[in-house]
Amino acid sequence: MNLERRDFLKVLSAGALTAGNVTSVFAGIRKTLSADAVGILYDGTICIGCKACEAACKQYNDMSPESSNIEKAQGVDGIWDASYDLSEKTLNKIKLYEHGDASTRNSEENGFAFVKRACMHCVDPDCVSACPVTALTKNSVTGIVEYDKDACIGCRYCMVACPYNVPKFEYAKAVPEIQKCEMCNHRQVEGDIPACCEFCPTGASLFGKVTDLLEEARKRVKLVAGSTYEYPMRSLDEGDVSPKTVAPYINYIYGEKEGGGTQYLLLSAIPFTKLGLPELSATSSASKSEAIQHGVYKGMVAPIALLGGLLYGAYQTTKNSEG
Amino acid sequence: MGKLLTSTESLEMSLSNELEAQGVSRRSFLKFCTAITAAMGLPATMVARVADAITSPTRTPVIWLHFQECTGCTESLLRATHPTVEELVLDMISLDYSETLCAAAGHQVEKSLNDSAKLNEGKYILVVEGSIPMKEDGIYCKIADRTALDILNDYGSRAAAIVAIGSCASWGGVQSASPNPTGATGVNEIIKDKPVINLPGCPASPYNLLSTILYYLTLGKLPQLDSKGRPKFAYGRLIHEHCERRPHFDAGRFALEFGDDNHREGYCLYKLGCKGPETYNNCSSILFGDVGSGAWPVGTGHPCFGCSEEGVGFTKHIHEQADVFTDSPPASYAQISGDKPGGVSIAGAAVAGAVGGVILGASAVAAKKMKSEETAPESDA
Repeated sequence: MNLERRDFLKVLSAGALTAGNVTSVFAGIRKTLSADAVGILYDGTICIGCKACEAACKQYNDMSPESSNIEKAQGVDGIWDASYDLSEKTLNKIKLYEHGDASTRNSEENGFAFVKRACMHCVDPDCVSACPVTALTKNSVTGIVEYDKDACIGCRYCMVACPYNVPKFEYAKAVPEIQKCEMCNHRQVEGDIPACCEFCPTGASLFGKVTDLLEEARKRVKLVAGSTYEYPMRSLDEGDVSPKTVAPYINYIYGEKEGGGTQYLLLSAIPFTKLGLPELSATSSASKSEAIQHGVYKGMVAPIALLGGLLYGAYQTTKNSEG
Repeated sequence: MGKLLTSTESLEMSLSNELEAQGVSRRSFLKFCTAITAAMGLPATMVARVADAITSPTRTPVIWLHFQECTGCTESLLRATHPTVEELVLDMISLDYSETLCAAAGHQVEKSLNDSAKLNEGKYILVVEGSIPMKEDGIYCKIADRTALDILNDYGSRAAAIVAIGSCASWGGVQSASPNPTGATGVNEIIKDKPVINLPGCPASPYNLLSTILYYLTLGKLPQLDSKGRPKFAYGRLIHEHCERRPHFDAGRFALEFGDDNHREGYCLYKLGCKGPETYNNCSSILFGDVGSGAWPVGTGHPCFGCSEEGVGFTKHIHEQADVFTDSPPASYAQISGDKPGGVSIAGAAVAGAVGGVILGASAVAAKKMKSEETAPESDA
């Protein structure tokens, strides 16, 4: 191949133009919460680990119980529903953090704490961005990340894209679907609240508008440990409260900023990294990948420039070899 | 009741005769001994020793004092349902003074108290029922012109051991509820130089008293106590741990309000304010008075209100939710990491690896040996 240094640099400059284009369109936080977005505030400090949310979730989403090695480790099989993580049959999961002798609740050292894992309902969801057929969509009013099984082609890009490892695929089925929490959409349509919040006995899972929940969460992290606070139960609107002693909160609301924010918010007395929640930047991966992709093709300028450069290079090379 | 005090007669009778006279068969007596041995957390082989202790002619003298209380503990003891348990107890110990049960009154009964204390100095068991008022020099409770504090200090200092029966005597009970106008105080706050066994409860389970006394009579020592002076055999575990409704808690099935479908189904009462998860007692194991599952509070469908636990009963609101307090969480939770328990552990893998290594090494050595054996004749030849 007889490509001159000069021509090679010409092609390179076309590439640089493309790159310049990308940085100019990089937008950062690009999606904001709708005013009516609904969410769940999970307060791990008042969760008692009863798994009522798990049982109710299964009941109202027609999920079958599943046996797992947790049971086998206890020397039984098929006695109770005991999955070890979220799965195609388990849309929410209470998990346990344990350290040392696990004697103190809500303590990082020699303590234990609970965390509830479920779909975070991101403000700017990576799964929705990754889905090539819009089987996953974000509801413009409620903000719930919804799934359309008829559109899904089973590519499982959403599973790779999700930073929280939430969507699960029904590998064992002949016609598999993706399974994840849809915040009991079918119940909300009828005026009910998500089953996990409805049946939580302590108010650890609390339903409400995300803006109100954020306000509630900000109030809670400022509470003095040891004081008594009237924790709302089930839903913020219901007005039903249960007085409890306040645990030493970590002054951080998980989900306020993570990946552009989520509609499922978490509070805890131990660091969130210990609860298996990832540390994410304030912008979603989707915003970065889409900025690059959309930037590259914006007005087709960069591709045309690149094509032009390549054509020019090819023409020069051909001319030289012919001449 | 006169029979209790003129007990020399009954001492002369052999106990078996007495049991027969009272309509207790040998079989039902041994049944009682077995049940009480189990309640004390002793092995079955101890039944015979318990029976011996009960039938022993030397009876431990007991002085029973009443202060600020409702006599509920005595009443519940008298209504223990096993046949003639109260007769057995009262004949097993020598109840020298009890305001509720004494037939005598006034100066006569005061004399009985003083005589017994003098005669059995340092040997009698003092049972205290009720709290002691401390405010205004204890004027809120007086018997025979002496304050409760004075009486307790007098007879407490001369006792072998003190049993504080009921929540009142253990930690102040209902009278100590805010604002505590009389300064109601438990026995162990006042008597510091004597072993004080606390049997809290409102009322205390009669079987916890029977078991404690029989433990002492059988083994000649006091049962193992926890940090709050309660016998571990009775107060070692939370009510929640052995509750008949516990499976509903674990499955997240709760009664949401009184009389709803879940309540009728017998679901867990946590959401209605059950204090079982923070109250140490054996109500759920022996169903309080040992009278069947329909007769203890949770069995009747009402949440436990933590009567025996200081800082819970008479302190927290009845329908306020309990702090679920476990010494450590159960093992059957999904771990944060999502690791599958029951899989190959690191230690297990190491052992398997080591075994594999040994087999590998051994076969290598064997192979080498075989080879050298094969080659050996050749070198000879």
